[in-house]
Amino acid sequence: MNSKKQIASSLALSVKKLTVAYHDTPVLWSIDVDVPAGSLLAIIGPNGAGKTTFMKSILGLLPTLAGSVSFLGLSAAHAAKSGAIAYVPQRMSVDWDFPISVEEVVMMGRYGSLGWFARPKQHDKEIVIDALRQVNLEALAQKPIGSLSGGQQQRVFFARALAQQAEVYLLDEPFANIDAATEQILVYILQQLAASGKTVLVVHHDLHTVRTYFKTALLLKNRKIAYGPVEQVVTSVYLDQAYGNRYYYTPPAISHSGGDPDYISPAGKVSSWGEL
Amino acid sequence: MILFQIYLLAVALLVACSSTLLGVFLVLRGVALMSDAISHALLPGIIIMFLLVRTFDSFSLLIGAAGAGLLTVISVEFLINVKNIKKDTAIGLIFPLFFAVGVILIHVFAHTIHIDTDMVLLGEIAFAPFNRLYIGAKDVGPYALWLLSFIMLVNSFFVWFCYKELKLTTFDPLGAKLLGFNPAFINYSIMFLTSITMVGAFDIVGSIVVVALTITPAATAYLLTDHLDHMISMSLLIAASSVITGYAWAFIVDISIAGAIATMSGLFFIIVLCVVPRKGLFARASTYLNIRRKSAFQLVFEHIKLHGSVDIVLLPSLFGWSPAFVNRLVVSSEGRNLFVRKGSTLFLHKQ
Amino acid sequence: MLDYTMVIVLIGASLLGILSGVIGVFILLRGQSLLGDAVAHAALPGIVLAFLVTESKNILVLLSGGAVSGAAGMLLMTLVTTHTRLKKDAAQGMVLSIFFGLGLILLTVVQKRPITHQSMLNKFLFGNISTILYQDLVCIGVITSIVLLFIIIFWKELVASVFDASYMQSVGFRQQSVSFLISILILITILIGLQAVGVILMSTLLIAPAVAARQWCDSMRSVVIVSGFFGALSSIMGVLLSNCMVGIPTGPMIVVVASGLVFFSIMTASFIAKRIKNFSVPPYTGVTQTNTHTQKNTHTQVRTQAYAQSRICFCYMSKKYIKQKDRA
Repeated sequence: MNSKKQIASSLALSVKKLTVAYHDTPVLWSIDVDVPAGSLLAIIGPNGAGKTTFMKSILGLLPTLAGSVSFLGLSAAHAAKSGAIAYVPQRMSVDWDFPISVEEVVMMGRYGSLGWFARPKQHDKEIVIDALRQVNLEALAQKPIGSLSGGQQQRVFFARALAQQAEVYLLDEPFANIDAATEQILVYILQQLAASGKTVLVVHHDLHTVRTYFKTALLLKNRKIAYGPVEQVVTSVYLDQAYGNRYYYTPPAISHSGGDPDYISPAGKVSSWGEL
Repeated sequence: MILFQIYLLAVALLVACSSTLLGVFLVLRGVALMSDAISHALLPGIIIMFLLVRTFDSFSLLIGAAGAGLLTVISVEFLINVKNIKKDTAIGLIFPLFFAVGVILIHVFAHTIHIDTDMVLLGEIAFAPFNRLYIGAKDVGPYALWLLSFIMLVNSFFVWFCYKELKLTTFDPLGAKLLGFNPAFINYSIMFLTSITMVGAFDIVGSIVVVALTITPAATAYLLTDHLDHMISMSLLIAASSVITGYAWAFIVDISIAGAIATMSGLFFIIVLCVVPRKGLFARASTYLNIRRKSAFQLVFEHIKLHGSVDIVLLPSLFGWSPAFVNRLVVSSEGRNLFVRKGSTLFLHKQ
Repeated sequence: MLDYTMVIVLIGASLLGILSGVIGVFILLRGQSLLGDAVAHAALPGIVLAFLVTESKNILVLLSGGAVSGAAGMLLMTLVTTHTRLKKDAAQGMVLSIFFGLGLILLTVVQKRPITHQSMLNKFLFGNISTILYQDLVCIGVITSIVLLFIIIFWKELVASVFDASYMQSVGFRQQSVSFLISILILITILIGLQAVGVILMSTLLIAPAVAARQWCDSMRSVVIVSGFFGALSSIMGVLLSNCMVGIPTGPMIVVVASGLVFFSIMTASFIAKRIKNFSVPPYTGVTQTNTHTQKNTHTQVRTQAYAQSRICFCYMSKKYIKQKDRA
């Protein structure tokens, strides 16, 4: 199962015209994003903008109305099977009373490459220990997950993703409800990953830290409002369109240093169904 | 004979209405299976009461049932609150134990309890003695009617009097506590009244029907409306209809009344599930197809607006649709005259 | 006392106990504790229908009928919970009562025939472990081994999928297949387990050993093994006790033993385990506090410090229970 192909294109993720609706309301409308390898991308937007929906639908966890998604030139299913994608879901999606240890959760990160039936080997155990070391949880490897704090739980999820040794990392609100120290460790790990050529996409909720943590940003409000270097996306022009006037953050004035002006896509109006 | 039937029907209607009133709140609180649990857990209470007073009159049974019901609720609440066990796990641990104890008691004291074990086993649960008394219709007839009317009155009074407390504690127990209400009291009252209703209803329709009538009309009403008042009135209506139609069916075809009523209530639920506008299964399916088509049209429209025209052959790869879907799309767009088609290219109408 | 019939019953009971205990862990962790109750009730129409159609009392035939209606009940429950705003408790309650009502209707049809149905209904409602024959035992044994084999083979997929289904989906394990597998295993277990304790008591046989094991153990493997052991223990004890005391039915006795076991575990395990495993007192710094409080507080403080000292010694001696406190 772990037939990691050569990276066919330099595009880690290519999304074309992704459209997702929930019952009878469109949540994502015709999203076009091309994410090159080595990106450290923040997906931001107000509540209900479709950020988590975006992440879940590119992974194939939600059905789409239209759009094609490819990871490294492969379809989502193929990429998942070949272990190229690591997904860190929201922490609340899991029952933390489950009777397993930290190490066993991180070992789940190796299951993708093991496939059905196979048992973990020594090689996998070494990778797991290494992942735990990276997030500073080596000492707690045997502890049941129920006794962990919020920050430790998030680090377990990180370690699981790191153990996958994937090319593309997708994280859903990893910094929600954790302490500052853990947040620093995790941001550092993400930045190291991006620096070594991996691609990192993060659904982020805090406007104050987007500029310092990330290099590029995708601003969503059901449509793609802006996508590009973070200094140019997180500016009042685009934030006003996305959040209305309801955000408490004063972005610095637009800087024209770095970033190609053509890289930013024109903002679209959120449409209703009645145009035809 | 007719009077007999009317009397049975009246009593069944009373049972339906009294149990549904409570069922609405049980369903909203997510403890719908407490009704089934209580119906089984009442058995030892009845047996113990019988062993104490040696008669099977309704009043002592009511006391025994209420006691068993309260004990069940107290144990379940203890497991949930003190020992951090989840709701349905706690329910699933308590009521079989109580029922098992009841069955053991029956067997141990079999020589003093004249309960036909066959009647116990027939799923209409341990109220065979009632069935026997019941044959002497004159004696018991009005009695059960009075009892159930009384229970109906009590339930209605409770729901009417404590309406806002019920509403608040169902949706936000912690907030209710902070505001000075007592959610625990409301909780215990609901369960207490459920126990009483169960006992009053057993002899006429049996436990399975009471459970069905408690949960199903409330669940059906929940699908139909978003307002609590409407939910209550609709569930009463649905419960009554289930009883009437079920009874008629059982009368005509000569099958178990209990089974017929339970099945009818289920049938109502299935029908509503499928047919409810917007939220029902049929509506959802058609909405889904509708949205797929509409969004496809809109996406193509926007694409043409940006790029001037689009080649039909390129549509599948552009949007990730299957060629079959694209064909259907083009055909229905022609039917609606949305685009101008020249060969295999689509344009917009000139405006 | 230990004659041939007894041995058969004991082996059958222990096999059923092991099976219920093991599967019960998965049921518990999926949050479907009352599924056993609902599906067991839902199996009735299938069983009666199978009886009506085939006129045989063969266990396999009846249980296959039960499997079909049980599966229909499970499907309906899943449909209702995924597509409506109703929660699983309402879905389970409805399936339970409606299917059982259907079963009652079918039973009245059966009643009109000159065939006795009482014994079948008895078996269904209360279990008939004390009357199983050698053929039934073989059947139970084969099915139990198959189910346990599946669990061993698919262990890592099952555990990981119950823990975090969307993650497993994202790494390429189709959750539809896994979910289907688990549902089949649960359905088989419930149908087989009906023979032990019957419809009404089914949920305890499934979840009590699992809850009890969860109180004592912290890893999935130990929970499953201990749960299987507890299940077998409850069944064996139930059979033996009901045999000793004349006239007590076996099914309820098994439930009483299982419940006793689980309540004992709930009450005492946390008390005991905390003392040994997770108890951690803030480290004794060796500095005695000067007391300006009342006598009562002083006593408490001294006692706490002395206790802490003895705890440190104990921890030192039992090395593996020392945990580094790591709160980042």
